[in-house]
Parts: sequence; structure tokens; C-alpha cells
Amino acid sequence: MSLLTVEKLTKSFGGLTAVSNANMHIEKGELIGLIGPNGAGKTTFFNLLTGVYAPTSGSIKLDVNGEKKEISGLKPYHVTKIGLARTFQNIRLFKDLTVLDNIRIAMHQNVDYKLPSALFRSNKYYEEEERLKKEAEELLDIFKLTHKKHEIAKNLPYGEQRHLEIVRAMATKPVLLLLDEPAAGMNPNETVQLTETIAKIRDEFDLTILLIEHDMSLVMKICERIYVLDYGTMIASGKPEEIKNNKRVIEAYLGEDV
Amino acid sequence: MKVLNKRNILTLIIIVAIYALVQVLITTKVISSFYEITIATICINIILAVSLNLVTGFTGQFSLGHAGFMSIGAYAGALVNMSMKSTTGFLIGIILGAIVAAIVGIIIGIPTLRLKGDYLAIATLGMAEIIRVVFLNMEITNGAAGLNGIPRFTNWLWLYVFTVLTLILISNFVKSSQGRACISIREDEIAAESMGINTTRYKVMAFALGAFFAGIAGALYSSYFYFINPTMFGFQKSIDILVIVVFGGLGSMTGSVIAAVLLAVITTLLQSLSSLRMIIYALLLIVIMLFRPQGLLGTKEITDMFKFGKKYERVE
Amino acid sequence: MLTCFIATKGGATLDQFLQQIVNGVSLGSIYALVALGYTMVYGIIKLINFAHGDVYMVGAYVGFAVTTYLGLGFIPALIISMVTCAVLGMSIEKIAYKPLRNSTRIAVLITAIGVSLLLEYTMMYFVGPEVRSYPKLLSPKVFKFGNIIINMQQIYIVLTTIVLMIILQYVVNKTKVGKAMRAVSADKDAAQLMGIKVDNTISFTFAIGSALAGAGGVLVGIYYNSIDPLMGMMPGLKAFVAAVFGGIGSIPGAMIGGLSIGMLETLVSGYGNSMYRDAAVFAFLILILILKPSGLLGKNTKEKV
Repeated sequence: MSLLTVEKLTKSFGGLTAVSNANMHIEKGELIGLIGPNGAGKTTFFNLLTGVYAPTSGSIKLDVNGEKKEISGLKPYHVTKIGLARTFQNIRLFKDLTVLDNIRIAMHQNVDYKLPSALFRSNKYYEEEERLKKEAEELLDIFKLTHKKHEIAKNLPYGEQRHLEIVRAMATKPVLLLLDEPAAGMNPNETVQLTETIAKIRDEFDLTILLIEHDMSLVMKICERIYVLDYGTMIASGKPEEIKNNKRVIEAYLGEDV
Repeated sequence: MKVLNKRNILTLIIIVAIYALVQVLITTKVISSFYEITIATICINIILAVSLNLVTGFTGQFSLGHAGFMSIGAYAGALVNMSMKSTTGFLIGIILGAIVAAIVGIIIGIPTLRLKGDYLAIATLGMAEIIRVVFLNMEITNGAAGLNGIPRFTNWLWLYVFTVLTLILISNFVKSSQGRACISIREDEIAAESMGINTTRYKVMAFALGAFFAGIAGALYSSYFYFINPTMFGFQKSIDILVIVVFGGLGSMTGSVIAAVLLAVITTLLQSLSSLRMIIYALLLIVIMLFRPQGLLGTKEITDMFKFGKKYERVE
Repeated sequence: MLTCFIATKGGATLDQFLQQIVNGVSLGSIYALVALGYTMVYGIIKLINFAHGDVYMVGAYVGFAVTTYLGLGFIPALIISMVTCAVLGMSIEKIAYKPLRNSTRIAVLITAIGVSLLLEYTMMYFVGPEVRSYPKLLSPKVFKFGNIIINMQQIYIVLTTIVLMIILQYVVNKTKVGKAMRAVSADKDAAQLMGIKVDNTISFTFAIGSALAGAGGVLVGIYYNSIDPLMGMMPGLKAFVAAVFGGIGSIPGAMIGGLSIGMLETLVSGYGNSMYRDAAVFAFLILILILKPSGLLGKNTKEKV
């Protein structure tokens, strides 16, 4: 039974169809890549999944504890609550806040005290704040960022900012994590490191991951299955070797490089 | 009770000490009744500025209609207090004024807070103008003539109690998960929403809280100055409040407090130059923005400066 | 909306209604002239120039001074007022806004409010706070079409506005500097890369916008016969509403917006309660912002994720 089922997803902006009749199935625990040339509609596809855009037609279903939930057309915060979290292609951290605050904000939906507790500082407030801090630090440990928890996010080196974005997304406790070009702007060394971490968090946190990536080597190396988007249409899907040898993919995408 | 920790108890002692000190100065006439007005203005402006700062500085929602909420509190408070001339009536008036202002804040906030930046500013300005015109045309508020002979119950004790209460509650709010949700909207609304934050809900929450405290300020104001009319709560008043917030630093509560004090002192000093007063005020505004556009403190708090040593031990 | 006004007032005659329209067009023309300045400045530097209403006030006073003390006629007064306001607008931009070009929007907005207060109270310092009556520049002749009365002032207002709009359209669409203005408002950085002098273009935009406000000031003086140092505040805000309604950044939008707001105001005063005139304008504004925030002719923009 698949965790995410996307069927006939279509999005048009006026006359332009950015995504057309796209299908996708992701099983629990998979690590899936979504590739495609520039302007193929990858980010639009992500924005549809996460509720930033409402689809023109089609359905997106997420399996939450055995129950299929239609998430297309829901607001982003609602989608996140159901269990889908994301990072952004162009980093969108809360850049003037501390590392710790970035994480604590993402944990907001799991905080268990109400406005009166916040205003009058009940015991519950103190207990929950303690818990938040502890859990945030545990998450930061994954990328060895704990010692930087009081730094302002924008002062971190670029690679760490990308890491922080992943941690922040994980802090919402997702079942499916969407990474939008996580290696963009990284050097080969950093990319290798990132690759390892992505695989690691998938195993340790029992996550399912969908990533958009330009860096083909990264996708081929860690993804179990790959979807290829071209001009808004899914033109192929399969194991990395299959994709490598797929004629349409080579024409559409690899053709540029080969 | 975890709220009774060392830091909070120390703060409480300081709060009580400041109260006692000023009370002694007033009783012994070191502070004359002329300067008492300045003190009242400062307290009311602190409440107004800090509550607007919650909306504009912390949540990033640009409001130019804060005086509208203040006027609701002022009228509600005055009307209750005029029919119930006792301290109980005064307090009921304040609470009622605050609640009505908050409700109006929610009603106004839900449709307008989806607007951004300048558009929101102009919409809130319009809302405040509509509130003013409604007061201008209502019978119970006595139209343009306004309400006269409002009993005075606002004194140093109540001014201080409500100012401190406002500061504590808003400070608690911005250091809570709900407050962080508001701050995240200011930082990046799209990212905030992607992190599971219902941005509309928290914008409206900040707006309603801001309106609530502006209502308190309004009720204190009407009870201190005996007399109110709709003209007092026009566009100009909203601007005055915004100027305090920006001057102190958007997102800095202590900045708002310092700016409220400084501007009140400057206004008092300029009193004798009546005709030049507004020109100097305007020039000051321009010069401050040209040389320190982030305000006195930016987003920092003055208390941050005393915490360097303990920076990493802090709970918040 | 118009039909609804007629329907609710069954007793009102067509003549009365047409009379309101005539009054609305005259008032609306003045709003349109002021709205143009807002829309052009907002289009180019994304600033609600709160001081714009006060430039219009200065324009009214300049017109007052040259007609009262120098005995000049309508046309020279109009031109002198426009030139003075153009210089004033450019100076405001150079001194107060230009240094803040890279600051936050709110800082610039507060500065604009500061400039607004400065103009109002400096004027008040020199001329006093009292209301002054404008000299009668035009013949008091009125034209009657059936029961509809059109006076000389109204004809002058509408004609002046039409002439100025035609000139403006020509400048913006046909001249080099107009092309530069459009380029800068579309994309400041790209325009700079293409060799357009952005600073000069912004200066020029302020000059044109302020000149139009100056003309509006003289026209409002002859229309209402009275001026005072705080006269710019409310019409300034309403002209901004007009600009938003038409679609901010759009020149034809500002014209349509100005006429609509003028019309709305006279109709509310004529058929409803004039006390609610201002509230009606703002309620209208909020409705537009919620239903169609880009205005009638504005472009829709959405943030890219």
C-alpha cells in the first residue's frame, strides 16, 4: 500500500500547463528522486504536493496510519500537519532568528499548551518549553549543529544553512519529507556528506523521502527509484539503471550533457 | 509553581520598588501635577506602543489603525464608568473596552489580514477611519461633541498596574510557542506556513491581542482626561503610536518603552515652543529615519545587554 | 451600483442624479490628478508618498499667493503652482527618500509621514492655521441645461484635467523619459543595466506627480473657495484610495479611480448622509482590497516559491 498516491495531477497557469496528468506512487520507506530539465515543472509539482498551489485537477492522497487522506487543495500548514514537510530550493530559513528558534517554530504544531498558559506561564508552559528545547537539540545533533543553537541562522555557512533547513523540516515530525534541490550550490565534498546524511536520516527516523535534484550523480547514487518530469509530464519512472538507459529520458534530459 | 523562579521574583521586587518610589515622589510633591500628566501619557503610550509592536514589530503586520482600537476602549470604558461611578465601574469599563476592542480586532482582522504590507496599512487606516465616523454619528457617544465629565479613576496605581501587566503578558506571549509562530510570519510567511503554522490564525491572534491592550489604553485615557471626542482618535493618533514603535525599534519591547518615555519628555520640553513644536517633531522623525532607520534598539531588548555571561544558560 | 442608488431613492429625479454626476466628475477630476502622483511614485519606488497630499496643499497656497498678491490670472497661477510643486517634489525625494532607497519600506514610510507633518506645520507656521478664501479667478457665469447647473469652475476643472492627462499620456508613452519611467517601474535593476539613469528618472517622476498635485491644489481652491494648511490630509488619502482602486502603478487606472471616488462621494453626500462620506470611501477601499487587490487595471503579482 503506497504512502503517497498522486493521480492525474494537473496545474495550469492561465494558458500554460505547468504540470499535466502526472502520476506518482511512493511506498513507505522509499527514497525517491524527481528529476527533469530546467523548467520541467519539478518545483511546481512540489508546490502542489505541499499546498502552496491548489491543483487544477487530479488527486494527492497521503496514507496516515492506514487511512488515505486527500491533501490536494489543502493549505500548506494543514498539509504539514498531516505529515508532509519540505525544504526550499532557495533557502527559506527564518534567517534573523537563532538556530534553536528555527527548530522550535517548526515544532509548534506539536506543542501542548494554549494561549492562557503562554500568557500566564503555567507549569505546563515550563514543562513543554523544556521538552521542546531537548527535542530540538536532539534533532540538531544529526547534523552536529547543537553547539550552534544560539547562532543567528543567516550567519551559518551555506552548507549548514541547507542542513538546518532539513532539520527544521524534520522537526514537524513528517512521514514524508520533500527536499527541493538539497545539494544546490554545494561543492562535491559537501554533496557526498549530504548524501550520506540523507540516507542516514531515512533509516534512523523511519522516513520516506522525495527529493528533487539537479545533481544526477547524487540521485543515481542514493535514490531507489526515479521519476522524470519533462514539460510538465512524467515521461519515465524506474530504477536508476533503467532511467539511465531510457531513450526518452536521454533525449529530454541527459541529451543535453552527453 | 515554576513561575516563582529566581528571576521572576527579582523582577517582581524591582516592579514594586519602582511603584513605591514614584508614589513617594508624587505624595511629597517632588513630581508636580504638571509632570503627573506626562507620567500618565507615558504609561498610556507604552501600552499603545507595545501592543502595536506585537502586531507590527513582532508579527510584521503593518497597521495604521491602532487609534481605532484605542477609541473603542475609550468610549466603552467612559460609558460604563459614567453609569457606574465607582472603582468597580472603572475596572469593568476597562475590561469591557478591551474585550470589545479585541472582538472588533478579530472581525476586522479576518478579512484584512490576508493583505500584505502597504495594502494592509491602508486597509487598517480605512478601518480606523470608519470606526471614527461611526462614533461621530452615534447618539450614545454624543457625536462630534464627544463625552464630557468622565469620572477620573485613573491614577498612578492603575496606570502602573496596567502598564506592567501589558508588558509582562506581551513579553510572555512573544517568548511562547504562539509568539514564535507570530515572529515566524514576520520572518518568512511562506516558510512559516510550510512549517505547519496557520498564519491567518496567528496574525488574527496578534491583531486581537494588540487591540485588547489598545482598548485598555483607551479606557485609561478617557478616565484620566475626563473628556473624549472622535477627533482625538484620528489618523494622526495612529501615526503617533507607530512613530514610538519605529523610533524604539520594531520588534523591541524595551525599545518601545524607552521611545515612549523619550518622546513624551521631548513633547513636554517643546510645550513652550507651541508653534514650532510640530515642525521640530517632524524634523526629528525624518532625521531619526535617515540616520537610524532600524530605530534605537532594532530588534534587540535592553535586557539582552545584561545577559552576555549567561547567554547559554537561558531557558527561553 | 448607480442603479441601486436610484432605486433606493424612489423620489429622486433624473435631473438631481445628473447634477450629482456633474459634481462628482468635477471633484473626481481633482482626485484623479492627485492620484496620478501616488500611482506613479508607488509604481516606481513602491512608496506610499504620504507627503503627496501636502504637496497639493502647497500648490493651492502658491496659487493663492500669486493670484492674491501678484494679481495673476488662472492659467499663469496654474503654471507657477505646478512648477513650484515639481521643484518641491524633487527636493523632497532628493533630501528625504533617496538616502533611504535601500532601507526597509516602513522606514521610508515613516519618513514620508515626517515630510508630510513638516510641510503641514511649516505652512501653518508661516500662514497661520486659519481657513482662507480663494480669490474669484473665473467669471461666476453658470450654464443651465434644463435643471442641471454647470458652473464655470467645473468646466475649467474638467478641461484642465483633460489637457493635463493628454500631456501626461504623451510624455509617458511617446518620449524617451517616459519610456525610462516605464522601464524603471518594471524592473529597476534591469533598467540600470540598460544604461537608464535611474535616479534622474525617479526625480522626474516626482516632478511630474507633484506638478499634477499642484494643479489639483489650484483647482480645488477655485472649486471650494477655501484652503487651509491641513487640507491635504483627507483628499490625499482618498486620492490614494483612488489609485488603489484603479490599480496601483496604472495611469489610466488612477484616472478612472479618481473619477469613481469623486462620484461615490458626491452620491453618498447627495443621497445618503454626508457624514458617512469618508467612511463610504474607506469601506469601498477595503472591499476592493479584499475582492480585487490588484485594482481595476493593475497587474496580479504572486510571490515565487
